[in-house]
Amino acid sequence: MKFAWLDFSSKTSEVPGGMAYHSFLLEPITCHAWNKDRSQIALCPNNHDVHIYKKDGAKWTKVQELKEHNGQVTGIDWAPDSNRIVTCGTDRNAYVWTLKGAQWKPTLVILRINRAARCVKWSPKENKFAVGSGSRLISICYFEQENDWWVCKHIKKPIRSTVLSLDWHPNNVLLAAGSCDFKCRIFSAYIKEVEEKPGPTSWGSKMPFGEMLFESSSTTGWVHSVSFSGSGNRVAWTAHDSMIAVADGEKTATISSFVSDSLPLLCVTFITENSLVAAGHDCYPALFVYDAGKGSIAFGGKLDVPKQSAQRGVSARERFQNMDKKATSEREEATLDTLHKNSISQVSILEGGKSKCTKFCTTGMDGGMAIWEIKTLESALKNLKIA
Amino acid sequence: MSKNTVSDRFRKVDVDEYDENKFVDEEEGGENQLGPDEAEVDSLIRQGNLMGALQAVLKNPPINTKNQNVKDRAEGLVLKVLSSFKSGDIEKAVQSLDKNDVDLLMKYIYKGFEKPSENSSAVLLQWHEKALSAGGVGSIVRVLTARKTV
Repeated sequence: MKFAWLDFSSKTSEVPGGMAYHSFLLEPITCHAWNKDRSQIALCPNNHDVHIYKKDGAKWTKVQELKEHNGQVTGIDWAPDSNRIVTCGTDRNAYVWTLKGAQWKPTLVILRINRAARCVKWSPKENKFAVGSGSRLISICYFEQENDWWVCKHIKKPIRSTVLSLDWHPNNVLLAAGSCDFKCRIFSAYIKEVEEKPGPTSWGSKMPFGEMLFESSSTTGWVHSVSFSGSGNRVAWTAHDSMIAVADGEKTATISSFVSDSLPLLCVTFITENSLVAAGHDCYPALFVYDAGKGSIAFGGKLDVPKQSAQRGVSARERFQNMDKKATSEREEATLDTLHKNSISQVSILEGGKSKCTKFCTTGMDGGMAIWEIKTLESALKNLKIA
Repeated sequence: MSKNTVSDRFRKVDVDEYDENKFVDEEEGGENQLGPDEAEVDSLIRQGNLMGALQAVLKNPPINTKNQNVKDRAEGLVLKVLSSFKSGDIEKAVQSLDKNDVDLLMKYIYKGFEKPSENSSAVLLQWHEKALSAGGVGSIVRVLTARKTV
């Protein structure tokens, strides 16, 4: 097991706690998306393509290669009901892929941006999608029937830097955006051509296209990831200054933040209305619990079940060498005891939705994908309290 | 050959200065920030109340001011307080600070590393070790990502 990284075959390993970890690649998985029944996963293997893998018993077999982008694919989203895949890349393009027989056929979407696209998300009703880019704007794309063509509208003001992450409110109109200008904002992406005027929400009632309904006060870090709760009344975001914050629309958008003493978190999602799972450069998912009454966020625990490594004694010679080289007499672990061996860049809900998640998935820079079961975690980690 | 191909001075032009959408940090009035109170801190040191001196020197950090003198004075004062502690007392002192103060202490420590003076780095390293166990790597991340610092 010590030299597992030398084994080039892609394999799944059953690890203690019943979690599954599958090593797809030796390179980072840039982004991933699941189909509706979770039998297939589309991922970008750190190049210009999208590979689709199908579950085959305990194994994963590659079934498709989607080759169209001229630059790294930075975002993939798979619409569960209409079964369309949308991808965006550093080549400033987005493609909507539809399954024609056994082949995925791409349709180019002109985003009208002059910098790389960074993230893409289908809206809940799947009649629109939003793309965040380095052009400091969000492209909201919808299909125009008369011209048989995807068109887009831009949300520009007051975004001052790259949009790194997006998440839709369940009402199909509001969109949360995290940006490199250190702010999390909520915009209206209302498109009159495809939908009715939305009713009032806890963030506001007037929602013309492009209206900003919420803007966070600055953290000092790029906002890596944003997530609406299942109801849409709360939004959470993580920033590069190792902070995680929640804004509560039902409490006149008060912001509670948690100053973490670990490395920055790159991805976050609500798993119940009060609990969040976030992961990042520390290579393990962590639980955070929001207490609306107190207006605070608490760290709920590290969600990882480390392998029990054999404790061997430290020889006197080793102790002396450590003292000489590293000025410490402790035996340092040179390997990570977490499931993922490198930063986790994306987390996705597999079962239960954002309100009652029972299973979630993480992919990271170690080229691996891990599936986490809430029930198993709750029994393995005794003090875990998911509110 | 035309004259344009000879000079490459154009490569040294900072094009971002001419970008109309260039990001500018929000200006928060820092003109009134004077840094920690020197008199108060000095008297606490003389009385031997080092914990009190630490609390006092971490007040009113000159974060928003552009006045370099104020910042240098504050840093010097912090270094004076940190150097007066006995090694064994450092841990307890750091434990008494809240999260924000630990972050602020970390900022001063790294600032101190930038301009080392006689024995300052050794003292700062001892404080760094204790501040790290209290604030974790997150406190160091916040030193690196801070737009405005001491």
